[in-house]
Amino acid sequence: MGKVVLVTGVARQLGGRFVRRIQRDPQVDRVVAVDAVPPEHHLGGADFIQADIRQPTIARVLAESGADTVVHMDVTGTALGSGSRTTVKETNVIGTMQLLGACQKSPNVKRLVVKSSTNVYGSAPRDPAVFTETTPPKSLPSGGFAKDAVEVEGYVRGFARRRPDVAVCVLRFANILGPTADTPLASYFSLPVLPTVFGYDPRLQFVHEDDVIDVLRIGSHEPERGTLNSGTFNIAGDGVLLLSQCSRRLGRPTVPLLLPAVTWAGSLVRTLGMSDFSPEQIRLLTHGRVVSTDQMRETLGFKPKYTTAETFADFAKSRGPGLLPPEALAGAVDRIAALPALGGGHLPTQSAN
Amino acid sequence: MADAKVIPFDDDRSRGSAVQRPQRRRSTGSRRKSGESALVREVQPLPGRAFAQDDVPVTREEQPPQKPQDDGGLERRIAGGLAFLRRRLTGDYEVDDFGYDEELTDQVLMSLLRPVYENYFRVEVKGVENIPSEGGALIVANHSGTLPLDGLMMQVAVHDHHPAGRHLRLLAADLVFMLPVVNELARKLGHTLACAEDAERLLGQGELVGVMPEGFKGIGKPFSERYKLQRFGRGGFVSTALRQGTPIIPCSIVGAEEIYPMIGNAKTLARLLGFPYFPLTPTFPWLGPLGAIPLPTKWTIQFGEPIPTDGYPPEAAEDPMLMFNLTDQVREQIQHTLYKLLVQRRSVFF
Repeated sequence: MGKVVLVTGVARQLGGRFVRRIQRDPQVDRVVAVDAVPPEHHLGGADFIQADIRQPTIARVLAESGADTVVHMDVTGTALGSGSRTTVKETNVIGTMQLLGACQKSPNVKRLVVKSSTNVYGSAPRDPAVFTETTPPKSLPSGGFAKDAVEVEGYVRGFARRRPDVAVCVLRFANILGPTADTPLASYFSLPVLPTVFGYDPRLQFVHEDDVIDVLRIGSHEPERGTLNSGTFNIAGDGVLLLSQCSRRLGRPTVPLLLPAVTWAGSLVRTLGMSDFSPEQIRLLTHGRVVSTDQMRETLGFKPKYTTAETFADFAKSRGPGLLPPEALAGAVDRIAALPALGGGHLPTQSAN
Repeated sequence: MADAKVIPFDDDRSRGSAVQRPQRRRSTGSRRKSGESALVREVQPLPGRAFAQDDVPVTREEQPPQKPQDDGGLERRIAGGLAFLRRRLTGDYEVDDFGYDEELTDQVLMSLLRPVYENYFRVEVKGVENIPSEGGALIVANHSGTLPLDGLMMQVAVHDHHPAGRHLRLLAADLVFMLPVVNELARKLGHTLACAEDAERLLGQGELVGVMPEGFKGIGKPFSERYKLQRFGRGGFVSTALRQGTPIIPCSIVGAEEIYPMIGNAKTLARLLGFPYFPLTPTFPWLGPLGAIPLPTKWTIQFGEPIPTDGYPPEAAEDPMLMFNLTDQVREQIQHTLYKLLVQRRSVFF
């Protein structure tokens, strides 16, 4: 008898992709997709059940489906469509509590995968440069999605204590980017000019959507030989990009603003409801965040296909060219090099080889 | 396939640091190769196209070398400079997990610090052979001078004088990473926060790590206490070195104490600004920005004999007595060398 996988948060692109992908795995018999709103994308052969995970109905859904694997992807920073921040927070926190309560009562559940975020580490100047899974955050996130994620992880830890027979896998994803990503950071990078914080050049790490799907699959199945897929893991592509590098590679000029101005503008934009430029987003774009992925490689046995730079290149390709495309700048430098006054006409560089 | 040819861009060559190159090439081989091929491919004349974008928003990186040595050398340097500019403008360079931008450090930031190092403070370096050519090592130095110029000069000293071209990764106070601009430059220079996690990670990667355990107590001490080593924190650097089994290299810096003779400390102002101290020197803040120019003292940086830490059992890092003993040993050695160098010194300025 194969597995029955219950996936929450399928109305989002990432959830939909995961549902479509995991059905193709031979050990999976049936996929039950749950979300409060019907998804706009198709879900393959999965059974969609419209249920709000904030309501106790989720327990009935779980019991009736007989799911043995629960993949909780409904932990997100932004509302789908026109939801308010309160709804998002309730879905994240109350939804997780309801779902975990349902899992605790269900004798069938053998495996729980939770999509978390490296936001739980916060982002402060007094933090070590590289976070490992055990690094305690120096300044706990005070609000927003980061705090939700911290609370969600707290409930998941409690669940793992109460149900030691369930393999619990918490995946802390770095910033997810990719051609279809609809994260706050993706919308930030789509701005024509990027407002940055003057005097800070944060280090950023990205993880590609494809890798997210793959690592969620690793978490949902039996572990491969020599690996362990229960525990908490940081998931990020190799390498680091500075925000200045990102803007140059995208070809979008930056507008450095003083930190108080950025904070003020962020709260103004938030009040007007134009975009969710949250405080933790500003902190990320001020101090940056880099996580260690040793556990992901050695314990979980997952090797991301995309490095941070490749993820970003793939993302940049999917967006239009910016105001200062890197190719144009490179061409300009080449034209300077070609000026006869600089002696570029007869380059002696090759003769030295 | 020909290996990447490193285009000399800064003034490193004049010091005969030819051996310095291979190490650097090894670590950044792929990038330089691509830069080289881009150079070969791209720096061709493109006639008949509008010349538009030379007002690029980058000023710091534009450092076309202007010292002609011979004709071919000049052209090659310009080509190298343009290839560098091209990489910077298109974001086609790499930084490590700590934000260390090796290319920028080597080609721009070091070139900016070098005149201060060579011509202003006329730093004399001794015992650079005590720094191992490979593998992790922890350099422990005294700290002085109101502003942490001594750390930067130590970084230049290692960078320019070590035959293997090693890079010093300094551990800096959290204040550095709170200040705008400063934190950005510090990260790009390869500095990171002085905490056990970062230090262990760097040492584990086989990097050369520099630490000044006196911290603010050392750098912000009054002029009357010059060359008196302050307490070495809680000796955390010793346990870090013990855990990684890396040698500790004591380093004594003479000359930095006198650059800003701190005769007073405006504590209230410091508290208002959130700084650990606010120095009052004979010239600062009375002369305004002019008073912030350091005195041109003559410096000596002496790297001492390494103190091995690999002979201890793994639980030694938890042994407070051993830690205090080792801390004292390092401290004594630095203090002793400081006195020796002071006796040898002819004058503060020459």
